[in-house]
Amino acid sequence: MYAFNYHRPKSTDEAAKLVAEAEDGKLIAGGMTLLPSMKLRLAAPSDIVDLAAVEGLRGITVSGKTVTIGAMTRHVDVQTSAEVKKAIPALAALAGGIGDPSVRNRGTIGGSVANADPAADYPAAVLGLNATVETTKRKIAADDFFTGLFETALEPGEIIKAIHFPVPDAAAYEKFPQPASGFAMVGAFVARFGKDVRVAITGAKDHVFRVPDMEKALAAKFSGDAIAEIKLPDDDMMSDIHCSADYRAHLVTVMAKRAAAKAAG
Amino acid sequence: MDSFGEKFGVGQPVRRKEDQRLLKGGGKYTDDVNVPGQAHLAFVRAGVAHARIKGIDASAALEAPGVLAVYSGKDLETDGVGTVMTDAALKNLAGEIMFRTHRLALPTDKVRYAGEPVAVVVAETAYQARDAAEMVLVDYDELPPIVTAAQALAKDAAAIHDEQPDNICLHWENSTSDAYDAAAKTAHKIVSIKLINNRVIPVPMEPKCCLADMDTKSGRMTVYAPFQGGRRVQGALSEMLFGGDGTKVRHVSDNTGGGFGTRSKIYPEIIAIAYAAKKLGRAVKWSGDRSETMVSDLHGRDQVNEAEIALDPNGKILGYKIINYVNIGAWVTENGARLPVDGGGRIVGGVYDIPVLYYSCKAVMTNTVPTDTYRGAGRPEANYLIDRLVEKAAHVMGIDSRELRRRNYITKFPYKTQMGLTIDIGDFPKCQDEACKAIGWDGFGARRKESEKRGKLRGIGLTSFIEGAGGRPEETMRLRFEKDGTLSVICGTFSHGQGHATVYSQILHDKLGIPFDDVNLIQGDTDTAPEGAAGTFGSRSSQMGGMAIIRAADIIIDKGKKIAGHLLQAPPTEVEFTEGQFKARAGSVSVTEIAKAAHDPAKLPEGMPPGLDETYLYKRASRDDMNFPNGCHACEVEVDPDTGGITIVDFAAADDCGVVLNPLIVHGQVHGGVAQGIGQALTEYLVYDEETGQLLTGTFMDYGMPRAEHFPDMKAVFVPTPSTNNELGVKGAGEAGCCGAPTALVHAVLDALRPLGVAEIDMPLTPNRVWHTIQSARVKGAA
Ligand SMILES: Cc1cc2nc3c(=O)[nH]c(=O)nc-3n(C[C@H](O)[C@H](O)[C@H](O)COP(=O)(O)OP(=O)(O)OC[C@H]3O[C@@H](n4cnc5c(N)ncnc54)[C@H](O)[C@@H]3O)c2cc1C
Repeated sequence: MYAFNYHRPKSTDEAAKLVAEAEDGKLIAGGMTLLPSMKLRLAAPSDIVDLAAVEGLRGITVSGKTVTIGAMTRHVDVQTSAEVKKAIPALAALAGGIGDPSVRNRGTIGGSVANADPAADYPAAVLGLNATVETTKRKIAADDFFTGLFETALEPGEIIKAIHFPVPDAAAYEKFPQPASGFAMVGAFVARFGKDVRVAITGAKDHVFRVPDMEKALAAKFSGDAIAEIKLPDDDMMSDIHCSADYRAHLVTVMAKRAAAKAAG
Repeated sequence: MDSFGEKFGVGQPVRRKEDQRLLKGGGKYTDDVNVPGQAHLAFVRAGVAHARIKGIDASAALEAPGVLAVYSGKDLETDGVGTVMTDAALKNLAGEIMFRTHRLALPTDKVRYAGEPVAVVVAETAYQARDAAEMVLVDYDELPPIVTAAQALAKDAAAIHDEQPDNICLHWENSTSDAYDAAAKTAHKIVSIKLINNRVIPVPMEPKCCLADMDTKSGRMTVYAPFQGGRRVQGALSEMLFGGDGTKVRHVSDNTGGGFGTRSKIYPEIIAIAYAAKKLGRAVKWSGDRSETMVSDLHGRDQVNEAEIALDPNGKILGYKIINYVNIGAWVTENGARLPVDGGGRIVGGVYDIPVLYYSCKAVMTNTVPTDTYRGAGRPEANYLIDRLVEKAAHVMGIDSRELRRRNYITKFPYKTQMGLTIDIGDFPKCQDEACKAIGWDGFGARRKESEKRGKLRGIGLTSFIEGAGGRPEETMRLRFEKDGTLSVICGTFSHGQGHATVYSQILHDKLGIPFDDVNLIQGDTDTAPEGAAGTFGSRSSQMGGMAIIRAADIIIDKGKKIAGHLLQAPPTEVEFTEGQFKARAGSVSVTEIAKAAHDPAKLPEGMPPGLDETYLYKRASRDDMNFPNGCHACEVEVDPDTGGITIVDFAAADDCGVVLNPLIVHGQVHGGVAQGIGQALTEYLVYDEETGQLLTGTFMDYGMPRAEHFPDMKAVFVPTPSTNNELGVKGAGEAGCCGAPTALVHAVLDALRPLGVAEIDMPLTPNRVWHTIQSARVKGAA
């Protein structure tokens, strides 16, 4: 780790200002992604702006057909929330499958979504549930939010305040973990809202994406079998020592099929 | 005291007395040690795998804040620092001694693996040292990196060491292949196999760490470092830095967080730190982080085996031929080339009667971290190879693998192996029976059907294995009676997870009747360790340390009888010693009272030197006089054919560790060993990039450690046949687990995949590999 300045603002305005004024300022939430990369000396921000004391960023509320989760809400809080378990059990289960207890006790939903790791779990839920990302500047639809490898629609200094998840009629998340890290080698989030179905895949390409063919097939018949034969080309799938592109493409079908079967009950 | 020995004696499941302290954070590891005025050191490590060093520019680093010094190999050379060379001197068939390297802690000519230390920076704080280390510029002339044995042996491969252009450290053969070839000619079947025994990173929980505290007044250095036997540190550093004067170096390690063999070798890091401390006349500390530890700890395994067995029509093995390529990495370390020959060679035929053996082994150098002892040290590799062959032979010949094993087990003891060692005792068929019973082998069919209903492939597999334990044939122990009535065991064996404090206390409770809680363990300090005390490696402490304790206690009893006779006014021959009491003629005195009396001249017989303390150097008759832990492990798995994922649904270990001193502790050793073996077979995928020579799996994000979630509730049973080579009857328990577990798992997975046409697979069985193996079998099946 290199030396840095530490700030602990009380409001998002102050936080945004501190980041803007710093030479190379970075927000920190749970630190579960940022700190390891700083320790490995891969990231070297001049200033760290801690969101821990900023008011109004933490907590879960359910109103009508929407679950709102504050950006600073930890994975463990989503995992164990009675409201989330009741409204969107798939989301609570997803949170419970992130990393290990230490990671879940510190890592936050805002940090995970802002970071947009291609293998992270939450992005699949955000896209699969058609969530809205509320920031200090605007509201961003999930379909517009994830733009590339570790890239999002967030502008410099823009802070995620909360994420609004519409409550689906049925949903499930299935993840095949990378054997060493536990991140998703492929994760599939399937959600049904009335006649509409959304399928979001994480871990397979440089960022989370939807599979329209599967969505159409599932809209016609909401069952695992309906998509068992839908195969994706592997030319833009990631390939690494843990998973070749063709295997990833195959896993997309398997995980989506299993998620659909589970959601269908 | 409750009924004697019932609770705390040998064989009882006594809870480890060290756990309260260790689990509550009371352990004192090297990083917990700090001395006033210590400076901090950081390593400049090679960013490339293979290159000539053209120059090192430290000018910017030397001007950085807090920096005290930058040293490179040139400084070590100028100051006459010695080099490390293995004492292994294996010969090829023509009688030539193997190639050996003289390793200077920091190289002057070339870097030979990514992560090799090239220079050190010493500064007032750890961060200053680290910052400045990044400013040291090393000018490289890059050479093509070599990471596999096959690459190293290629025709125009670059030489890792200029003096050995063919990259072969050793080509050892036990004999010519004539006898085997003759046996093969008469054979009914030849079954051959090609296997990769994958390289692994040992990963003790405690990363590498070292503090060298130089006392300029006395000229003596105290070195703190996690280590399995401090005499080696003392010996090497005194040779290298103090003209061979052992009194100038003291090694201390109160606690070491895991050894696994990788903490038994002198590292260049320790030498460089000690050099810096001596040169600066100051304490110097380095706390390596995990990534640094992973690219610099000696790795384990890494063999490519091409082997075959010749069988008669009944499946009896007539001969065994092995061509073994061992990737020993960039330097010839203490045991790198020895492991396949001395370590694995000990038991190369496993538990099977092998009448004829041809064993050829090439130890090859590459641009990778050197390999050396890692839990099992050659024996897991040897067992894996022979048992995979036997399993394959069973399928080729259509004989039940349990039956084929039975037809080939060694059953007459003592048994002299083709390598000249004598296996004293074992009961391999019984181990097999017990393992099969524990896993419920006979009910497997029904379980397989049930899995099939869920779309899963179920498989069951077993393996029989043998180990050869004991290591160096001498060890000294000292027993000292303390003023407070307790007894201290002062030793050079070093418990870094084994529970010696508990087991030695049990032995002494049995032998001398000292209350379990009144036995202390004093270890981890070369100042207190008796002469001739070596350390803990190769599963030797219960046997070697335990026997030295028994012998010392025998002498104490003898002397005690004389003193007791004097006090009780009876001839020593009339004194009996039982349950801690010396008894004669209606009177009795306890051993602790005798220990007190031994310091009172009024109470001693004439001519007897005072004191009851005893030091004993126990020697085995020969180095070959080892013990042979063995067993049979059975594993049951479920494979998800859609994902390639493996679930271990059951695991049963039937182990013969000889007489079990403490079943809780031995179970722990079995569980840990099995977990480590499963790690190698299932998750520990180590990858060197063949183009760049970089270790691609240098963090836990990519290097998969086995986790609790990978294991079912393990069944462990004992099938003891007491060793005839020591009076305790014990056999080493530490390394057996990883001799059996990998093979059992692979056999179970092959059993699951066989219906799909899969006949072979290499470790580790990652989902990616399993899925691809299934795919190619399907393609082949369709063709
Ligand atoms: C061992 C381990 C295992 C893990 N396993 C998984 C896993 O299985 N699945 C998974 O999905 N993740 C996994 N993670 C990642 C984990 O979920 C992280 O917590 C998460 O990705 C980042 O959240 P954080 O709160 O820790 O963010 P931080 O590390 O604090 O920040 C991450 C990034 O987001 C930015 N940021 C943080 N908050 C905001 C905000 N409100 N608005 C805008 N930008 C913000 C920061 O500036 C930074 O760039 C794992 C991590 C570890 C260490």
